Amino acid sequence: MRFGSVDVLQHIDLDVREGEFVCILGPSGCGKSTMLNIVAGFVEPTGGEVTIDGERVTAPDPRRIFVFQERGVFPWLTAEGNIGFGLFRLPEEERRKRIAHYVNLVGLNGFEHAFPRELSGGMKQRVEVARALAVNPDVLYLDEPFGALDSITRLQMRAELLRIWQAERKTILFVTHDIEESVQLADRVVVLSARPAHIRRIVDIDIAHPRDLSSPRYIQLRDSIFAEIGLAHKI
Amino acid sequence: MQNEELRKDGGFLHSSFCVLRSAFNSVGLPLLVGIIAVILWHAAVRFSRTEIFPSPLDVARAIGQLADQSLLWRYIGDSLVRVACGYTLAVLLGVPLGILLGWYPDAGRAVNPLIQILRPISPLAWMPLAVIWFGVSNAAPIFLIFLASFFPIVVAAAHGVRTVPPMFLQAGQNFGLTAPQLMVRVVVPAVLSRIAIGLRVAFGVAWVVLVASEMIAVDSGLGYLIIDARNAGKRYDLVVAGMLIIGVLGLILDLLLRRAESWAGERR
Repeated sequence: MRFGSVDVLQHIDLDVREGEFVCILGPSGCGKSTMLNIVAGFVEPTGGEVTIDGERVTAPDPRRIFVFQERGVFPWLTAEGNIGFGLFRLPEEERRKRIAHYVNLVGLNGFEHAFPRELSGGMKQRVEVARALAVNPDVLYLDEPFGALDSITRLQMRAELLRIWQAERKTILFVTHDIEESVQLADRVVVLSARPAHIRRIVDIDIAHPRDLSSPRYIQLRDSIFAEIGLAHKI
Repeated sequence: MQNEELRKDGGFLHSSFCVLRSAFNSVGLPLLVGIIAVILWHAAVRFSRTEIFPSPLDVARAIGQLADQSLLWRYIGDSLVRVACGYTLAVLLGVPLGILLGWYPDAGRAVNPLIQILRPISPLAWMPLAVIWFGVSNAAPIFLIFLASFFPIVVAAAHGVRTVPPMFLQAGQNFGLTAPQLMVRVVVPAVLSRIAIGLRVAFGVAWVVLVASEMIAVDSGLGYLIIDARNAGKRYDLVVAGMLIIGVLGLILDLLLRRAESWAGERR
């Protein structure tokens, strides 16, 4: 996957391998969401291009699903209805099987018939992740998916996402402004600058999962990113 | 220890007091205000020695008299049929038109000035034309009720479409929906849960217009009851009785729509 420059983004040149978990990290408003929207085909770049498996991206595609913050679930559908939303081309029985599988995978058993307003923020986010996974995409784009959750739920959701990623082996592009989050999740962290965003550094997170958040290597990598962004790790 | 028990006891008393108070606030207080209004009404009639305006007792008697006649029930039935026809027609035409105007911004921009000119015209201004076109028949008030509710519904539906979160549309596109599929599976359900309030407002206007149109365009219904009571014998007790019946029926219908609205809201 590679693309060139746009107005809010400059000289972004990035290759992502199949099955890789990449975090795009940058300050708020730096253009990282724009970047993800371009990659997903929602926004056309003013210059440069995005290619996936040699094929140029011009429009959104069910092989690559975008996961919004929890507000992306359809409020008029139940959890089950949401998860099965993209499965309209499948025969009824296959659809039912897939829904059951993903309800189970994201731990929503017992809430199949609940409407989103009856679910907590974390559960809504599970519905959205399940809805994305149900169509069996190659790639997931996650745009600060846990940004609206409380910090405890956020930690749980990160662990869940890693478990799902390891089970399903999708390529994941994950946008966040949370340094800790990126170091906990990613194989590689792409550190963006402020606007116009360019890539400051790409950090390999060479720690096996499950990651020990108090290991010296974790702290070292985390602090190096803090330093890169120009923050002293002190309050 | 004792203190704690005291506090518990106090808590129990406090909570039952809260229940009582909330019951009083939701039922008792409105009832009290109603009773005070009736007393003030009675006193005002008494002290002003008016010959025209009836006292609450006169009106109660008039309502009893009306309820004894089958005429009242026929009039209520006629009025309900008219408002149901006009309003349903407005919903069936207004919601799809509004959705299209919201969905195609160019069409919206082209049609919007026309709507904005027609909308502020009171539906009652159409009355002379309605009478010429439809004569003394159900069609005239139905037409006026349709006009009254059509424009608010179109505007609400168009606005509903324009405020559908872009995320929903993006998600729909992402899952490979074609434009018609996107319309049916995303836009319409998103709009329906957003325009419930607009539908209720439109019904309120329809109910107001119903009574006025029945005063002129037909010879039955609640509006006609009022104008007929005055013309036939200056029976102002019947006039006020008719007014009260209209108010109560309007309230009941509004409550029903609220019910429907919260049901739709549950799907949000």
